[in-house]
Amino acid sequence: MKRLFALGATATALSLPTLAAAQQAVTMDQRVNDIFAGSTGWFVNLIFMNLPGTNFPWIVLWLVVAASIFTIYFGFIQIKAFGHAISLVKGDYSDPNDAGEVSHFQALTTALSGTVGLGNIAGVAVAVGIGGPGATFWMIVAGLLGMASKFTECTLGVKYRNEYPDGTVSGGPMYYMTKGFKERGLPGGRFLAIVFAIFTIGGALGGGNMFQANQAHAQITQITGDFSGLITGVIFAAVVFAVIVGGIKSIAKVTEKVVPFMGILYVIAALLILIVEADKIGWAFGQIFEGAFTGLGVAGGFVGALIQGFKRAAFSNEAGVGSAAIAHSAVRTKEPVTEGVVSLLEPFIDTVVICTMTALVITISGVLVVDPATGNFVLNEAGTAIQTVDGSSGVALTSAAFATGFSWFPYVLAVAVILFAFSTMISWSYYGLKAWTYLFGEGKTTELIFKLIFCFFIIVGAAAQLGAVIDFSDAMIFAMAVVNITALYCLMPIVKREMNSYFGRLKSGEIVKHEH
Amino acid sequence: MSQTTLIVGLDGSDAGKRALDFAKARAKLIGDCLILLVYVIEWSPFSFQTAEENEKRHVRREEEMDLARERILTPALEAAKTEGLTVEGIVKHGDVADILEGLAKKHEASQIIVGRVGQRGLKERLFGGVTGRLVAASSVPITIIP
Repeated sequence: MKRLFALGATATALSLPTLAAAQQAVTMDQRVNDIFAGSTGWFVNLIFMNLPGTNFPWIVLWLVVAASIFTIYFGFIQIKAFGHAISLVKGDYSDPNDAGEVSHFQALTTALSGTVGLGNIAGVAVAVGIGGPGATFWMIVAGLLGMASKFTECTLGVKYRNEYPDGTVSGGPMYYMTKGFKERGLPGGRFLAIVFAIFTIGGALGGGNMFQANQAHAQITQITGDFSGLITGVIFAAVVFAVIVGGIKSIAKVTEKVVPFMGILYVIAALLILIVEADKIGWAFGQIFEGAFTGLGVAGGFVGALIQGFKRAAFSNEAGVGSAAIAHSAVRTKEPVTEGVVSLLEPFIDTVVICTMTALVITISGVLVVDPATGNFVLNEAGTAIQTVDGSSGVALTSAAFATGFSWFPYVLAVAVILFAFSTMISWSYYGLKAWTYLFGEGKTTELIFKLIFCFFIIVGAAAQLGAVIDFSDAMIFAMAVVNITALYCLMPIVKREMNSYFGRLKSGEIVKHEH
Repeated sequence: MSQTTLIVGLDGSDAGKRALDFAKARAKLIGDCLILLVYVIEWSPFSFQTAEENEKRHVRREEEMDLARERILTPALEAAKTEGLTVEGIVKHGDVADILEGLAKKHEASQIIVGRVGQRGLKERLFGGVTGRLVAASSVPITIIP
């Protein structure tokens, strides 16, 4: 007992100076946060403006309507072509003479490593924390509809990509906006492309960077105790700098190989928890369905659940945002439609499978506080979100939920979060760079400037608070969707023509499987 | 009788060279014989790549194939031709065992000749070496040159 006391005293003595240092750091973090929130607030407000007379943000309606239109216009392509998508990924239709080129599998996994990440872990926790389990239902709906948006943009991405004389390829919305609009004789393609590129740079710095750094820091402090985000930021920035500026490929290579296994591990852990708590799955789905339409007393009720579900799904799978069109466009195929078909697996894996897992684990684990009298969720003091057992939100909430099943899981999750964050940053640094070079031209110096800005924002993201970072990240990602979906509407007849031609030839037997 | 085809797997190593020498000796005895020299660049369509790697993949592929032709295949082909032998060369990306087996079927080869690669790593223990897999899957006789 005496020894224990002595130990306690030493610990207190040790923590005093660190406490003072931490307070100083917090004020520094606070300053970063204030400057950041102050300078981006107006844009955030514009994007999330409510429809007149309602509390429903117009941007959510914009995404839902687009995904629904594409779903109907392409005749439920996500259901019709699902089996064919798997067949394509397996390489059944790949020409053996193209061995050594980018395969459908590689294009898909590269795109997935940019989307599977913190959106699936932290974003879902935010959605369920604010919108209740019912948000999950709308997230799944958004994921299923989003598959059609992905199909549209990725088909166009491949069709209008640039192939340079040296054999490198570059694709994305900027290219289908300019070339596709020209082909259809529509004005404004170049203008849209420029606006899109500007927002992509913003998205790369926001959702693809600051949000990642911010949540990685949150996860690390869960384990180590609180310290300044600036430290995490600087370390992250240094590693990313080493990869994108220093060209140290080995780091990126290792990440690309470890990340898929982390993803699989995450799903297995979630499944194990669900199996152990199998008796509660029925109840959880009940909460999800009931909550989807009644809100079960959460912030904003039914509409709140819907808004959160759609927002976080879009943020997680990026359907309609345009980023995937950049990632998918390097594939080797003569038929742009094939990559569109493959890409529709992306929202399915990302949102329908992985996000749902997270949501189920959070719901089942009991980290959300339920009023035993009414069975409804209890709101926090501010009334902005559901009260959680330990007051956590975002990635910390997911971590707490998984910890109810496996006490050691937060450590695995911390590693996963860091790696996911890192691989998403690398992916988005590429998307951002593509947009940057589209605007300012290619060249060592211009590229270096972007990469340095990118690294700087990692530090800002780690130091700022979650609310401000999420708002800015969302706003930029959704701003990309505004421009991209406008272009998709104008170009969707081209996709339909391609689709009908391809599936016609597939049916007639003109396109056959290759012997391997 | 129609022409006999021997498939030789080259990998730039001494073992590969010995396999080729062995094939040359056989070919001279057979007479009407085609030696098919195959260089396989290990590659899987199911590996994970970064967006930047994908962007440059086509260029890299060309470079890899040029390099294989220039460094390994062409010198071997020239040498064999000066000895009066009928030779052809192929460079392909993929799995060595799959490709050699596929070519053996396509050309109705009478045998595949490869050098033994003496690696004894953990990976070899777990998954079996290239030669091991080739032996397990092949539809034609295989000669392994130590």
